[in-house]
Amino acid sequence: MSNTITKKGDSTKSRLVFAYVVLCFLTVLCLIWFVLLFMSTTQSGSELNVRFQLKIGSSFMTNLKNSINSQNILRGMLNSVIISGSCALLSTYFSTLTAYAIHAYDFRFKGAIFTFILAVMMIPSQVTVLGFVDLLDKLHLTENYTGLIVPSIAAPVTFYYIKQYMESALPLSLVEAARIDGSGEIRTFNSIVLPLMKPAIAVQAIFAFVGQWNNFFVPSQVIIERRDLKTVALLIADLRSMDFKNFDLGQVNMTIFLSIFPTVLIYLILSKHIVGGLALGSVKG
Amino acid sequence: MAQNSSTTSPKKKGAVSYNKWGYIFLIPFFVTYIIFNLVPLFSTIYYSFFKYYREGLNWIGPEFIGFDNYVKLFSDSRIFDYGINTLIMWVIGFVPQILVSLLLASWFSDTRFKLKGARFFKTVIYLPNLIMAAAFAMLFYSLFNAKGAITQLVQSWGWVDSNFDFFKPVWSARILVGLMNFLMWFGNTTILLMAGIMGIDVSLYEAAEVDGANSKQRFWQITMPLLKPIFVYVFVTSLIGGIQMFDVPAILTQYKGTPFAGGKFTTMTLIMYLRQTLTSRDYGTSGALSVILFFITAVLSLLVYRVMYSKKSREA
Repeated sequence: MSNTITKKGDSTKSRLVFAYVVLCFLTVLCLIWFVLLFMSTTQSGSELNVRFQLKIGSSFMTNLKNSINSQNILRGMLNSVIISGSCALLSTYFSTLTAYAIHAYDFRFKGAIFTFILAVMMIPSQVTVLGFVDLLDKLHLTENYTGLIVPSIAAPVTFYYIKQYMESALPLSLVEAARIDGSGEIRTFNSIVLPLMKPAIAVQAIFAFVGQWNNFFVPSQVIIERRDLKTVALLIADLRSMDFKNFDLGQVNMTIFLSIFPTVLIYLILSKHIVGGLALGSVKG
Repeated sequence: MAQNSSTTSPKKKGAVSYNKWGYIFLIPFFVTYIIFNLVPLFSTIYYSFFKYYREGLNWIGPEFIGFDNYVKLFSDSRIFDYGINTLIMWVIGFVPQILVSLLLASWFSDTRFKLKGARFFKTVIYLPNLIMAAAFAMLFYSLFNAKGAITQLVQSWGWVDSNFDFFKPVWSARILVGLMNFLMWFGNTTILLMAGIMGIDVSLYEAAEVDGANSKQRFWQITMPLLKPIFVYVFVTSLIGGIQMFDVPAILTQYKGTPFAGGKFTTMTLIMYLRQTLTSRDYGTSGALSVILFFITAVLSLLVYRVMYSKKSREA
């Protein structure tokens, strides 16, 4: 009997060791690229042209200055912040409003409307981009942020997550109570429903922000000529078309670093909520 | 839907006057959706039936030609070549992804398996998902190009010859794309599978243990069968994502889809093909290709919806 117990303990232990080895390997596989990237940002272009070295050099500030001056990366970051920030605000506010309409009211075709939103959730934006760009062309909205910001009012995926959360977090008795106290429907939504939904809104706002920051295909079809309007993702794509042999590699690496640094920072600060919030509502049961 | 019956039915009269607000609150979503999604969808479908493209500075058409754009697309081997490229690179990323994710999810969700630092590992493996794919691809290009850091390292260790270039052989170019897809998505899949495993009734495991089932049997006899709906969900959503593959191969190969081997571009994906028709202003071909991709994703979405829906009705 005691023999089987120790045997069981041993096998758990060896499984645990195996798990740690695999997890450490995956950790290295996930992070090595960023370590190499960081090392490259600290070495000058002329050093890198000779040979990349596994060390931290002293050219970080020089590369930063060059990248800011010749790539105008700060303007790109500002553009990305404007678009992503607006999208995060619009998509979360109006998705909550849409979810509230379906959650709190009873009306004809409600089931059909909900089914419709779920059905269109998976349609990729790429397959309608031809008509989308054609529409913006006709409205004289190319080389303009309107077409990148306003559509986020209708965000089926954000809606779906917020609706899931709302089912558990918004008791309708609260809405009834507000009505009895004489609160109008719009005021009830803004001052009672929105604050209650804060945890879900925060997580979805981060996802909307990061998603838009990283968005590449659609913006590349809308902002083509105006360099001063380009987002970070578009500047990165421009970087690829440059001739690497005559180009300052330290600066290239710095631009890549600056384009991923903000999202990594946001993620590391809020990772607890993000990783937890992901499972929430995604697949229930 | 169910919750309303309890709150509104006792005093239906009062509820009626409020319910118009349901429609009012839906207006922003639907107006935006119709303008920026439905109108473009219909004009895309519309253009797919027209001869309409730019030649130099002149626009040819629009002239109605029925299904000619579709016939032209399918009589050309490119759509099949690029579809197969997309599928191959998706499989290279997906197979290790589902295996690794299943392993990690079973470890993370097993409470008796006292894994320390689980939160750290979860944070790390999810990180690549939030990195801009375009920047990540640019980073891979800068590390793996003929003069890149990793190319130099593996050359100096003597693993490859001194003139080796990762972007020249077909296999290494495709594996790089697959590797990046794997890195960006296995954390996400792990979390989905974990949520699925945690949703399984613990008493099933306890009962199995009383009956003398070991951990391997518990995994294969309980976890795997009950995870089937989530596997279908992960598989199909990943496939839908795979069809949209663009940023990584586009940036790595500068939209070219190189290496060119056997008369075809071997890393060119369907969306890269779509971009090509868009930038050359061939609206007819572009429309037809979009409609085909739309139908493929619509059928796959329907599958996901059915899996999710049938699960819900079973719970109720």
